Amino acid sequence: MTAASKIDVTLATICAPSEDVVAREIEGDIVIVPLVAGIGDADDELFTLNDTGKAIWKQLDGERTLGDVAKVLAQEFEAPLAELQADVLGFAGEMTTRRILAARG
Amino acid sequence: MSEFVRQVKQPVKPLASRLGRLDIELTERCDNDCVHCCINLPAGDAAARAREMPTAKVKEILRQAADLGCMQVRFTGGEPLLRPDFEELYLFARRLGLKVLIFTNARHVTPALVDLLARIPPLVTIEVTVYGMHAESYEAVTRAPGSFAQFRRGVDLLLERRIPFVVKSALLPQNRAELDEFETWAATIPWMTKAPGHSMFFDLRNRRDDPEKNRLVESLRLTPEEGVAVLTRDADRYRKGMKEFGSKFMRPPGDVLFGCGAGAGLSVDAYGRAQPCMGVRAPGLTVDLAEKTLSDALDHFSTLREMRATNPEYLRRCARCFLKGLCEQCPAKSWAEHGTYDTPVEYLCDVAHAQARWLGWLKDGEKGWEVAEWRQRVEAT
Repeated sequence: MTAASKIDVTLATICAPSEDVVAREIEGDIVIVPLVAGIGDADDELFTLNDTGKAIWKQLDGERTLGDVAKVLAQEFEAPLAELQADVLGFAGEMTTRRILAARG
Repeated sequence: MSEFVRQVKQPVKPLASRLGRLDIELTERCDNDCVHCCINLPAGDAAARAREMPTAKVKEILRQAADLGCMQVRFTGGEPLLRPDFEELYLFARRLGLKVLIFTNARHVTPALVDLLARIPPLVTIEVTVYGMHAESYEAVTRAPGSFAQFRRGVDLLLERRIPFVVKSALLPQNRAELDEFETWAATIPWMTKAPGHSMFFDLRNRRDDPEKNRLVESLRLTPEEGVAVLTRDADRYRKGMKEFGSKFMRPPGDVLFGCGAGAGLSVDAYGRAQPCMGVRAPGLTVDLAEKTLSDALDHFSTLREMRATNPEYLRRCARCFLKGLCEQCPAKSWAEHGTYDTPVEYLCDVAHAQARWLGWLKDGEKGWEVAEWRQRVEAT
């Protein structure tokens, strides 16, 4: 990561896709295309998500808290809640720091 | 980066998008009147301007492209920056999540445009064509007084704002003596990761609309031997590159006409007609987007790979020639030169043979379709 400073998120944080990127779903893949400068390490880079990242991304609707997102995914994937909470917080922290997600709360 | 996210130049797994790429020629008009140009119309051509796609139509096409999974659009021309709605179209494309490749002469790069490009980058390196290193040579090509100063101002603006761009040249009698000077200057541009490309085997007017201009273009082409001399200035690098290229791509093509990937992407001309590539302007290979969609055009061009050459001369020569990977012969070039898809273009044939002779793949007087042991010769490069 370049000059961006880390943004702390908690299970009470609410996240939604930032207006600084365009997220496209193409044949089941999610491709995040920077709109403004400074999102990627270089200005010609895109972002793709793995399956966990995709599952989290789809839940980030700007209404649910990250804690709620973790609960939904824990139920959906029948996985331990603590594991999902760690995944969601890790994902959201990285993506907000990169300005791919906008956070409040 | 975490396990969840990957930062990539292109999506990691080739996305199953229906449309691999889209080129849009925003206008055929240009404020340069280049001696060698295969497409341009005068900047003030009111009739051409009136026929160009309106803003809303270009946006509709961009939206269709994004819906088909397209990741990149190329805006070209003519000079695309002549369109007063260029910035609007650029922003619209970027907000659809498209990368935008801009081909320009840089004359209309303004402070406002570089502000926009700095704030919302195109995500693809801009390509600027250079016609000379001095006003005298540059304007002898462009036939547009004052164009050199405008080009330099545009390039300076891009440099000042650190907007990534690369340069390429059109190598003509008017600027040929400046080749070293151009390459030395090009090497100072931060985004030039390799030596600049040079156009020198010029296409004829691909609308087949101007025989007089075609005669001028033909007179400006390098001879095949002159072209080889330019290509082989760094002889070791050229030979090494061609050995690798040759082992992959040299083989007789048979009678398949479109072996080039045409149809995977689309080109749209300034008037809203989709074509399989920018070069082939044959009426039989266009789909009018006033009535059809990009998806219809892809369906229409899906049979291109089934098209076969029937011209006996093509079948005797080109179909059996192992130099096909080196030769620019294709339906687009055949169309521009002869109005058919499968007539050998002698100039391109001569250029390919001159390169093959230099590489030792052919002896004097031999033809590429006469050599049975071509694989051994390519491997021995």
